[in-house]
Amino acid sequence: MNHQQHHWSIEPRNSLFDLKLKDTWAYRDLLWLLVRRDFVSFYKQTILGPLWFFIQPIFTTIIFTFVFGQMAKISTDGLPQPLFYMAGITAWNYFADCLTKTSTVFKDNANIFGKVYFPRLIMPLSIVVSNLVRFGVQFLLFLMVMAYYYFIAKADFGITWAILLFPLVVVLMALLGLGLGMLISAMTTKYRDLAFLVTFGVQLLMYATTVIYPLSTIAKKPLGWIVAYNPMTPLIETFRYGFLGNGTFSWEALGYTTAVTLGILMLGIVIFNKVEKNFVDTV
Amino acid sequence: MSNIAIKAENLSKAYQLGEIGTGTISRDLERWYARIRGKEDPFLRIGETNDRTSRGNSDIVWSLKDINFEIEQGDAVGIIGRNGAGKSTLLKVLSRVTSPTSGRIIGKGRIASLLEVGTGFHPELTGRENIYLNGAILGMRKKEITRKFDEIVAFAGVERYIDTPVKRYSSGMYVRLAFAVAAHLESEILIVDEVLAVGDAEFQKKCLGKMGEVSKGEGRTVLFVSHNMASVRELCNNGFLLSNGQLSFNGDINAAISQYISSNSKVASEIKHLKGSQEIQIIGVHVNQATEAQVNIFETLEISIDFKSNINEDKTIEFFIIIYNELGQEILTIFQRDTNQYVKSLAQQASSVKVTFDNKLKPGKYSISGGIFDEFRNFIDWSSTNTSFVVENNFYNGGQFDNRLGLIYEKPTWDF
Repeated sequence: MNHQQHHWSIEPRNSLFDLKLKDTWAYRDLLWLLVRRDFVSFYKQTILGPLWFFIQPIFTTIIFTFVFGQMAKISTDGLPQPLFYMAGITAWNYFADCLTKTSTVFKDNANIFGKVYFPRLIMPLSIVVSNLVRFGVQFLLFLMVMAYYYFIAKADFGITWAILLFPLVVVLMALLGLGLGMLISAMTTKYRDLAFLVTFGVQLLMYATTVIYPLSTIAKKPLGWIVAYNPMTPLIETFRYGFLGNGTFSWEALGYTTAVTLGILMLGIVIFNKVEKNFVDTV
Repeated sequence: MSNIAIKAENLSKAYQLGEIGTGTISRDLERWYARIRGKEDPFLRIGETNDRTSRGNSDIVWSLKDINFEIEQGDAVGIIGRNGAGKSTLLKVLSRVTSPTSGRIIGKGRIASLLEVGTGFHPELTGRENIYLNGAILGMRKKEITRKFDEIVAFAGVERYIDTPVKRYSSGMYVRLAFAVAAHLESEILIVDEVLAVGDAEFQKKCLGKMGEVSKGEGRTVLFVSHNMASVRELCNNGFLLSNGQLSFNGDINAAISQYISSNSKVASEIKHLKGSQEIQIIGVHVNQATEAQVNIFETLEISIDFKSNINEDKTIEFFIIIYNELGQEILTIFQRDTNQYVKSLAQQASSVKVTFDNKLKPGKYSISGGIFDEFRNFIDWSSTNTSFVVENNFYNGGQFDNRLGLIYEKPTWDF
C-alpha cells in the first residue's frame, strides 16, 4: 500500500482558513473524470452536439448588431459591429456560465454530497474547467469571424501585444465567476430565493459591463463609474484591445480586477468550505 | 492510541426541526450576536434527548448525544438500533458527509464509506467509465483503479458489457458493478450501510463474504449498520446499540443483539378495547417478540397474542389478527378458523398463542389489532394495540428500481 497510516480527526468546526487545498489536490483525478463525464454526457444526449455551442453566440451577435448597432446606433469605437459584439459575448459567456453553474452546485449535487465525502471544491472547479471547452469552441468561432473581417472584408483593425495577456484574462474570468458562484451557492443553501436572483442578476450585470458599448463612451456619462469599477470591465476591454486593437487598457485597471478577483475567490472558498460541512442537514 | 482505529469523544449532533430557510435570517443574527458576546447559542438546549414519542419544547433535537467509544483495529462492529436511533447520523458523521455539533472523532487510516452504492454513476457512461468515475468519487487514484480494474470487473461479472452504457444494464448488474468498485477500495476502515447487502441471495453472500474477508483476513476495521440481525451476527464481533441518540450498549455482538430485542419488547403494550364482552381479554401483542419490530420481505413473521380469561369456565375460542398500513387501511386479516384450529381457553388463566407466516407485505409501517371470537363467531374481544412493525425495503423490493404496484409481494413458482 502506498499510503501511510495517517491520523485524522473529525471536529465540529475547522478553522476558517483551512482551505483544504491539499485535500483537493489529492482528488485531482476526480476533477478530470468529472470534466470528462460532463463532456461525454453532453455529446450523447443532444442531436446537434457541439453545434449548440455555435448557435447561441451567433444569434446573440445578430440581435445585438441589429438592436444596439443599427437601431440605437451605439458607438463601437470604429470596429465592425458584429466583431465588437462577438468579442464581448464570447468573453462574457464564459464568465456568466461559470457563475450560474457554480451557483447551483449544492442543489445539483445534493444527492452525491449527501452520500459520500470528497473535497467539495472539486465540483465547482470541474464546472469551470468543463466550461472552458465550450469557451474554446466559441473562441474558435470568434477567430473565424475575425479572419473573415481581416482578410475578406478588409476591416481596419489589428492585434496588439496585449494578446499575450489572453491566458491571464481567461483565468481571471474563471476565478471571478468561480468565486462569486461559490459565494452565491453557499448562501442559496439557506436562503433559496437567492437562486432566482442569479439568472436575472447576471443579465443585469452584463449591461453594466462593456459588452454592448465601449468603455471610452460610457466613462464620461453620469453613472459611468459603475461600469468602470465593475471588475469584469477591464477583462473585456483587455480582451478587445488584444485581439481587435481597440479598447481601454490600463495596468491599473487590470491590477484592480486581479485584486478584486483574488479577494472574492478567497472569500468564496472560505464560505463555501464552511457551508459545505453542514449543508446536508439543511438542504 | 496504539491499536485504536477510531475513537469518539463526547460526540453529539443536533438537528433543527421544522422548516429551515424561512425566518432564519433574524435567528441567524441572534445567534451571531450571542456568539460575538461569547455566549452559547441561544437555540441549542443541552439535555434534551432524541425521543420521537415525546414532543420536545425546542425545535432542536439531539440525534446523537455524548457518544463515547473506541474501536480497535480489525474489529467488525455492528451498529444496531431502532429507526431514528441515530445509526445513520453516526455513519454520516463518520464518513464526513456532515460534521458533528460538538465532540470529536479521532482515528487513523483511510476511511471508505459506502452509504449507497453507485453514487455518481452516470447512466450515459459505459461501465468502464463509471468504474473510474465512481472509484475517484470514493477517493481512489486513477492508477489505483487501473491496477484493480480487472479484479473489479471479474467480481461484478460484467466482462461482456464493460463498454456498454450502464443505462442498458439490468438492475442486478448495475448494483454488482457498483458494489465491486466499493469493495476494492484500499482502506483501513470500511463503513457500510445495509443497503449494500443487496442483490440476489448469491451475490449477497458474495458481498458478506467479501466484507468478512476484509475484516477477518485483511485486518481492516468494519462498521456495519443493519436491521438484519442474522448478517450482523455473522459479520461482526462487537456491537453498538443506539437508542434515542445515545450509546446504550457497547460490547459483544450477541449481547448487543439480545439487549436490542429485549429493549424492543420493553415498550409497554397499550391495548385499547374496541368491541366484545372481554370475558377473555387480550393483554399483549408482539411481532417477533417485540412491540416495535423490523422485518424483512419474505422472512418469517411471528405474531404472538397474550390473553387471559376472566371467567370460571373453559371455552373454545378463535383468534383473528388484522394488519393495517400507515393510512389505517386494512391490508390483511388472519382468521384462525381458516386452518381449522381453535384454542381452548382455561378458566381464570393467562396464556398465549402464536402465528407465523412469510411476510409478503410491501415495505412500510404496519400496525396490528387482534381479537377473539367464540366458536360461533361472536366477539369476545377486539382490541387495537400500539404494536407496530416496519417492513424494510432492500434493493429489489421497494428500492429505487422497484416500481411495482400493489401492496403484497409474492414469490410464486413459474413453469415454462
